[in-house]
Order: sequence, then structure tokens, then C-alpha cells
Amino acid sequence: MSALVIDNLHVVFGAFRALDALSLAVDSGEVRAVIGPNGAGKTTLLDAITGITRPRSGRILLGDTYDLTACSEAEIARAGVRRKFQKPSVFPALTVRENLAIGCGPECPARTRPARLASTLSETGLEARADTLAGALAHGEKQWLEIGMVLASEPRLILLDEPVAGLSDAETASTADLIGALRRPDRAILVIEHDMAFVEAVADRVTVLHEGRTLFEGSMTGARADARVIEVFLGR
Amino acid sequence: MSGALDRPHRAPLRRIGPTLGRDPLLTGLIALIAATALGLLALQPAPYLINMVGQLAAFAILAVSLDLVWGYLGILSLGHGLFFAIGGYVCAMHLLAHGYALTGVAPDLMQFMGWKSLPAYWTGLTSAPYALALALALAAGVAFLFGLASFRSRVNGVYFSIISQALVYVAMLLMFRNDTGLGGNNGMTGFALLFGWPMGAPGVVTGLAVTTLGVLAGVLVGARALVASPVGRRMLACRDDEARLRTLGYGTTRLKLGIWCLSAMIAALAGVLYVPQVGIINPRILSPDLSIEIAVWVAIGGMGRLGGAVIGAVAVNALKFWLSAAMPEAWPFILSGLVLVVVLGLPNGLLDLAALRWTPTWLRRGGPLA
Repeated sequence: MSALVIDNLHVVFGAFRALDALSLAVDSGEVRAVIGPNGAGKTTLLDAITGITRPRSGRILLGDTYDLTACSEAEIARAGVRRKFQKPSVFPALTVRENLAIGCGPECPARTRPARLASTLSETGLEARADTLAGALAHGEKQWLEIGMVLASEPRLILLDEPVAGLSDAETASTADLIGALRRPDRAILVIEHDMAFVEAVADRVTVLHEGRTLFEGSMTGARADARVIEVFLGR
Repeated sequence: MSGALDRPHRAPLRRIGPTLGRDPLLTGLIALIAATALGLLALQPAPYLINMVGQLAAFAILAVSLDLVWGYLGILSLGHGLFFAIGGYVCAMHLLAHGYALTGVAPDLMQFMGWKSLPAYWTGLTSAPYALALALALAAGVAFLFGLASFRSRVNGVYFSIISQALVYVAMLLMFRNDTGLGGNNGMTGFALLFGWPMGAPGVVTGLAVTTLGVLAGVLVGARALVASPVGRRMLACRDDEARLRTLGYGTTRLKLGIWCLSAMIAALAGVLYVPQVGIINPRILSPDLSIEIAVWVAIGGMGRLGGAVIGAVAVNALKFWLSAAMPEAWPFILSGLVLVVVLGLPNGLLDLAALRWTPTWLRRGGPLA
């Protein structure tokens, strides 16, 4: 079963085709990495899935049937899609706990919220910082808090936009472990990342984008061996 | 002003958050408001002084209404005078209709307009509860339409501020027209009675001032309950990163629209309380200068703390009452000077002084533009 289906998607900015007839299917339980050179359309893809950018044509389906294409950002999020942004996007004037409470989403029942907050705090290792203002956290802690905000709603589809950008090697390794721990049969994870070692560690399959189209889809080993991928992206 | 415009995103950190639940500044202010009300009742100072306290309290309510949307939601309205004026005009209509009904003396407005009786849209305005309800409903209605159009099409930041300013200006031009039927550029004055009592009687003056202080305290308590609630945390989240809040599943349009309408109603309430105390209303209440000044009060006092808005409104207007009598020509320069000092040196307004944390920004960060 597919968790996410992108069908013949076109996103156009003026004369620039950011996504050009892109099709993509991510299975439930899968961790998929999307890689590609700058300007390939990786972030635009996430913008289109989350409703921030409207596609000119094509469809985006969640779980084979639920059509996200015309939904608002909030509706898409309530359908079970969460995104971690490239730049840590936490609410600086709220405490870690308050950030996570908002992350639970508007539809989380008040009864289950305390338990979810407690488990998210322990998963992200932020228990000791629960009452700290998010704006006062270190960069790495903000990344973790944002991942926690994404997890708190128990999403079906998680989109991670460069989750290890700016992290130390140790933090990158622990983020890879965390993504491994996030795998569930009913959840798909889509990761955009430049760090190839990290991609190799976390992804089941990779999709290589180039100029808004799919250049390659398959294993990371396959991508490394593919002549076109080497040509445009990995370098000789 | 441009520095003040940018301020919602500048270092709001230490001000909000843990202090939301227990805010000693606000508690102290409410105690001070109660003490002032008791003092007015017990000591019976000169009526002009009581009246001034009442007007200051009305301005403070107006400032709190702006702080709710600006300090907590990041929406800078430069047109809040519109809602203040809606309250003021409806109150003035009530006072004229009420006085006419009891004394039978036709208000100047009727003679001026050549009316034999008050037109149909004045029907019911002899009733104070109806007038109050109408003022609040009109303010909420206008705010709803303007807010819906703006927030749905995601008009934000300075664009919203400029449009709100244009709106209050358009309203001023409209009210300057005599055929609007609300007094044109003369406005409405000569209010004779309030609830059947003569307007200038000491009891009425004191009653108005004490009521206004009471409403101010009530608005502060209610506003604090709001900003300390989960809705208040969503407001701060929306202020700091609206797009992020939407991608977490929250429809921000409804949140903004609700708080915006609430703020408009509080501003209208301030107008209702202000007009009987100042004794006149005319279109100059809708001048863009006044609406900008409201933002200046909040910026000077310290935005996003409720108490700051009260301190700013009272400090600036008390200074204005005194100086516009002592040296009126200096007032614009003093106000501009205050704004410059606050923008450059006190990013959280006068509250920075109160907390004795004052280090000028150019010392802290190597330059005001850093």
C-alpha cells in the first residue's frame, strides 16, 4: 500500500518549471530519501505536499485515496502529514512543553495529551529542558524539539527537510538512530538531505531529482552506480 | 516608527512564557487601579482631576486592545481609532437621543440638519443597553469584514498596517461629510444627561471615572486569562511563525479573526467610556495621527505585557495633558523624542527601566543596526 502518491505533478514559478511531470510513490513503512543538486526541486516538492505551494496540475494523494491537492496547510496537517523544516522552526516565546503541546495538533484529545507529551519529551531527550523557552535552546536542541513537535501528533507521513544540516557527527548519528526508531508499518518517512552517508544509513530507497524530474529511483548503491546520477550530481 | 514596526520579532524571549500565569506587574497595576478608584471615591479631588483620570483609563483600555493584537498576535493595526470612534459615536448618539427624550430640547445636530425628529436609524438609541450592544456589534462587524478580507488573502505585516490606516482615514473623510447625518465636522456635543442625571454633576463625573477604572481592571484580568490560556500560546506561536503553526494543523485565519474582533470590541468599549467624559466627538477622533499614537503608547510602555500598554497610555497621555497646556508647540517634538529613545534604547519600552535591565542596544550589540 502506498502512503504517498505524487501523480504527474507540475509546479511552475513564472517561466521556471520547479517540478516537471513528477511522479513518485512512497510505501507505508518506507524511509525514502530525495536527493539531488541545488535547484532540483526537493524543497518545492515538500512545499507542494504540505500545501504551501500550489501545483499547476497533477495530484497528491495520501494513502492511495485521500486527495491533498486542494487542501489548506492546516487540513493537510490534520490528515496526518507533518514536516520538519530546514531551518529549525520552533516557537521561541513558548516553553519546550508548550511547543510540544501545540505539536500534538488541534484534534488531540485533552485526555491523551499529557501522556503523549511525556513520551515525546523522553523520546527526544528534552525532559530536563521541558520548561525552558524554546528560543533559549542550543541549535541541536531546537532540531530535536522540532522533531518532537512533528512526532507529537503521531503522523502517517513525516517529511524531513535536511534534518542533519549543521549538526555535529555525533548528533547526526543520533538523528539517524532516531529516524530508525520512528519507522512503523503504518508510517512513511520522506527525507531530503545532502549528507550522503546519512542517506545511506537511513533510507530504504532514494529518489534522485534533477531539474524537477525523477532521474533515478532505487537503492543508494544503485544510485552511486548510475551513469546519469554521477553525471549531474555525484560527480565523477 | 519603522523600528517599532519590526519589534514583534525582536527578542520577545524573556517577557512571555513562564510569567504568563503569574505576572506581578499586572497584579500590581490592578491593585493600583483599585486604589485609584477608592481614592477618587474617598478623597473627592477636583472634578477636572477625576475627569482626567477617567480619560486616561479609557486610553489605557484602548492601548490594551491594541496590545492584544500587536503584542500577542503580531498584527499591528494603525487604524484602531476606527473602533474607538465607533464606540464613541454610538455613545454620543445615545446621549443625544436620551437627553432629547427626557428634556424635549432638540440637540444642535437636529437644528443644524433641519430635522423635525431624529431619523429612523436612531430608533432605540434612547436605551443605554441597546446602544452599548450596538456599539460592540458594529465594531465587531466592521472588524470581521475587514479582518476576513485581509486574513483570508493573507495580508500581513506592514501591508495590513497600511490598509488599516487607510481604513481609518476613509472613515474620517466619510464622517466629515454633513450628509452622513452624524454631525459632520462639528461632530456631536452638548450632552445633557447620563442615565437621567445632569452630565456635569460631581457624582456623574466620579461615577464615570470609577466605572472606566473598573472596566480597565476587568479588561486586564480577562486579557490576562486569555493570553495565559492555550489560545494565548497559539497567539504567540502565530505571531512568531504563522506558516509553521498552519503546518501543525491550526487554521490561523479563525484565530486571528477572533482575537481581532475581540480587540475591536474592547476598543469600542473604550470609546463608549471616553466620549461622555470628554463631552464631544468629531471626526478628528478618526485622524490617522491618533491611531498611530495608540501604537506609540504601546511601544513606549512595552508591548506584549498588557501592563506595558497601560503604563504607556497613561504616561504619554498624562504628559500630553500637562504639556499641551504648558507648551503645546513642543508636544510633537517630545513625543517623537520619546519614540526615538524607546526604539533605540528600550526595546521593551519603559518596562526595561522598571526591571533595571537598561543597557542601550548600541552598547550591547555593537551598534543600533547590528
